[in-house]
Amino acid sequence: MPAPEVVAALRTRFSATPFALGVELPATELLTALRALRDAHGYRYYVLGTGTERETAFEVLHAVRNLESGDTLFVKVAVPKDAPEVDSIAFVYAGAEWQEREIWDLFGVGFKAHPDLRRILMPDDYPGHPLRKSFAMDTPWGYRPAPAPEDAS
Amino acid sequence: MAGETLPIVGQTTAPAGGGTLEDIAEEVVRFPGGGIALLRTDALFHWAQKSSMWPLTFGLACCAIEMMATFAGRYDLDRFGMILRPTPRQSDLMIIAGTVTIKMAPRIRTLYDQMAHPKWVISMGSCANSGDHYRNVYSVVPGVDHVIPVDIYVAGCPPTPEALLEGVFALQRKVMEGNRAGA
Amino acid sequence: MSGGPIEVVEREFGELALNMGPQHPSTHGVLRLILHLSGETVIKAVPVIGYLHRGVEKLSEHLTYDQLAPVYERDDYLAPTANSNAYVLAVERLGAIAVPRRAQWLRAFVSEWQRVSSHLVWLGTLGLDLGGALGGGTTLYMYCFREREKILDFLEELTGTRFHTNFNLIGGARYDLDAAMADKSNALAASVEAALPELWSMSGGNPIFSERTRSVGTISKDLAMGVGVTGPTLRASGIAYDVRKAAPYDAYAELPFDVISRTAGDAEARFQVRMDEIRVSLKLVRSIVDGLPAGPIFARKPLKNPKATKIPSGEVYAAVESPRGELGFHIVSDGSAKPLRLKINAPSFKNLQVVTHILPGGLVADVVATLGSLDPVLGDVDR
Repeated sequence: MPAPEVVAALRTRFSATPFALGVELPATELLTALRALRDAHGYRYYVLGTGTERETAFEVLHAVRNLESGDTLFVKVAVPKDAPEVDSIAFVYAGAEWQEREIWDLFGVGFKAHPDLRRILMPDDYPGHPLRKSFAMDTPWGYRPAPAPEDAS
Repeated sequence: MAGETLPIVGQTTAPAGGGTLEDIAEEVVRFPGGGIALLRTDALFHWAQKSSMWPLTFGLACCAIEMMATFAGRYDLDRFGMILRPTPRQSDLMIIAGTVTIKMAPRIRTLYDQMAHPKWVISMGSCANSGDHYRNVYSVVPGVDHVIPVDIYVAGCPPTPEALLEGVFALQRKVMEGNRAGA
Repeated sequence: MSGGPIEVVEREFGELALNMGPQHPSTHGVLRLILHLSGETVIKAVPVIGYLHRGVEKLSEHLTYDQLAPVYERDDYLAPTANSNAYVLAVERLGAIAVPRRAQWLRAFVSEWQRVSSHLVWLGTLGLDLGGALGGGTTLYMYCFREREKILDFLEELTGTRFHTNFNLIGGARYDLDAAMADKSNALAASVEAALPELWSMSGGNPIFSERTRSVGTISKDLAMGVGVTGPTLRASGIAYDVRKAAPYDAYAELPFDVISRTAGDAEARFQVRMDEIRVSLKLVRSIVDGLPAGPIFARKPLKNPKATKIPSGEVYAAVESPRGELGFHIVSDGSAKPLRLKINAPSFKNLQVVTHILPGGLVADVVATLGSLDPVLGDVDR
C-alpha cells in the first residue's frame, strides 16, 4: 500500500525498514523524516497517531497522507519501556498534539517539546496508564467501586 | 408499591390521573352546592408534581438520542407536562441517559445537589442501570445508583421511546403515592 | 436622583474564564469548553474531553473478534453501522476473509440510510443551537426528527432495532433485504426527498441562519490538512477527499455518485455540504436497491465456536466514510483470538481539535454555531 519510491527515499536517507503499513524508523530520525515527508514528498495531511505495547518496547505510529496521490504512510518508532520518551511532532503536524496527549495519557510515553502534555481522556489526577498490559481493565479508582466477587474478570 | 404490579413494557397503560378529583385522591368530601371540596393536600400536590415534571437536559451517550426522539413530535413528552430545562435550578427530574464515567460522576452529583427538593431520577438505559458491557472497564461507574439515588430504571440499549414513556408513567404512579428515592 | 445628565463610566474588565459544559444543551454531548472571554469575544478556548471515555480500546483486548462487532456501534452513536463496518473491514482485510457481494451492497445500503438519519439529527440540533430550545429552533428539530422517525421505522423493520442494528458480521451481513422492503426503501427515499425543500426553507433559506453561519468558524485549507479534519468539514474547506471515492470499500467502487465540496470553509459551507450529501445518499440508496446482486449474505463456514476465530498476526488499517468523516480502525494482531491492540481513528476527535484554532476571535454566539457545524459526537471523541 505505501508508495515504493517514498519508502525507498526514506530508506536511504533515514535508514527506514518497511513494514506492512509503512516504514519503521529509528527514534532519533522521527522529526526530520516527518518534516521531509511533509515538505519534500507532499504528505501534508495528518491521519492518525497511535501507540502499541509489544513485549520489549512501546511503538508509536504516526500516519500521514498525500492527498494528491491518496497514499497513506505509517511511520513507526520503537520506544524502550524503561525510558519511554520520543520527540513530539506537534509542530510539524498540528493534529499530532491531541493524539500524542492521548498516547501519553493511555500509555505513559512522553513526548519531548510537546506544547501541552497533559492527560486528555482520564481525570487529571488519575494514577496509572490504562492501556498498558500491566494495568488491569477493572482497576477501581475514586468513584468506581471495587468489582464485586462474582464478576471480577 | 404493594398490591400493584408494573406492566410489561409494550402494554400501554394510560397515565394515572383523569378528569375528576376522585381520580387523584382517595377521599374527597364534596360540600353541597358544588364548587367546594375537601381533600388531602398531599393528593393535590402530588398530582401537580407528576403533571409538570421538568427534566434537566442531561444526555450522556446514545440514550440521549432516544431521549431526544421521545421529546420530539411523535412521542411528545410535552403533552405530559414535561419541558426540558437546561439548568438544574429549574428542574425536578433528572433522566440519566448514557454511560456514567468516573470523570463525569462528580458533575452528576453536583447537578443532583443543585436541584431543589422534591426531585426524582430516572436511570435510562443499561449503561446507567448497571454499566452494560462497560461495567468492568476502568473508567466506567457501573450504574448511576453508585452516585445518586434512582427512582425508576428503564431497561434497554437504547430503550425505545415507548419504553421511556412507560418509565415516565411508572414514575408518575410513584409520585402519586408520594414515594421518593432521594431524601 | 437629580435631573442632570447621566455620566457613563466605562471600565475595562480583564479576561473572564467561562466554563461551558459538560452539562450544556448546546455542546452536543458531554464536552467541556473553557472559554476565556474579553467582553463577548473569545480569546482562548480550551476543550476538555474524556467525560464519556468508556475504554473501548482496552475492552477490545479482552473480547474476541466476533464478539466485538456490536461494541463499536456505541461509539459514533448517530451512525452506528459505520463503526462496525470499519471494524469488520479491517478484520476481513487482516484475515483475508471474503465477503459476498450482496453483503457488501447491503452494508452500503444501511450505511447510507444512517448517513441520512445522522445528518437529520445534525440539522435538527443545529436548529436548537441557533434558534434556542424554546425559540424558533425547535421547529426545525421537530421536522427533522419526524423525517428521521420514518427512517428508524424502516430500519426497525429490517433489523429489529432502531439504530444499534448489529448489522455487520465478520464475513457478511446479518439481515437481508427482500422485494417488499426494497419497495419500502424506495418509497421512503422519495418521501424524505420530498421533505427536504421544507427543511431547507427553515434553515438555509432563512436569512438569519445565513447571517449566523457565514464566515463563522472558518477553517483554512492548511489548517484543515495540518490538524487532519475529515468528512464534510474537510470538504467544505476545499479538499474534495471522500474515503468512498479515494479508497473504495463495500459497493462504492461500482456506484456512481458525486463528492460534494465547497471552498469557503465556514459554517455555511459545512451546512451546504451536508445538505447536498443527504440528496446524494438518497440517490445512492435507490441505486443500491436497483443494482443489488443476488447471492448469499454470509459466506463463512458455520461458526461452531465463534470465540475461536483466530486472525493471523499483522497490522492493518481500514477506514470508512462515516457522516463525520474518515472512521478508521488500526488493528494489531498477534495471531490469537483477541486483538493485541485496536485503535479507533475517530473523526470527531480530529474535527474537535480544530476548535482551539478557530474559536479565538469570534463571539460567544459563534462558538455554538461552530460546534454545531462541526457536528462532533462525543462517543466518537472519547471512545
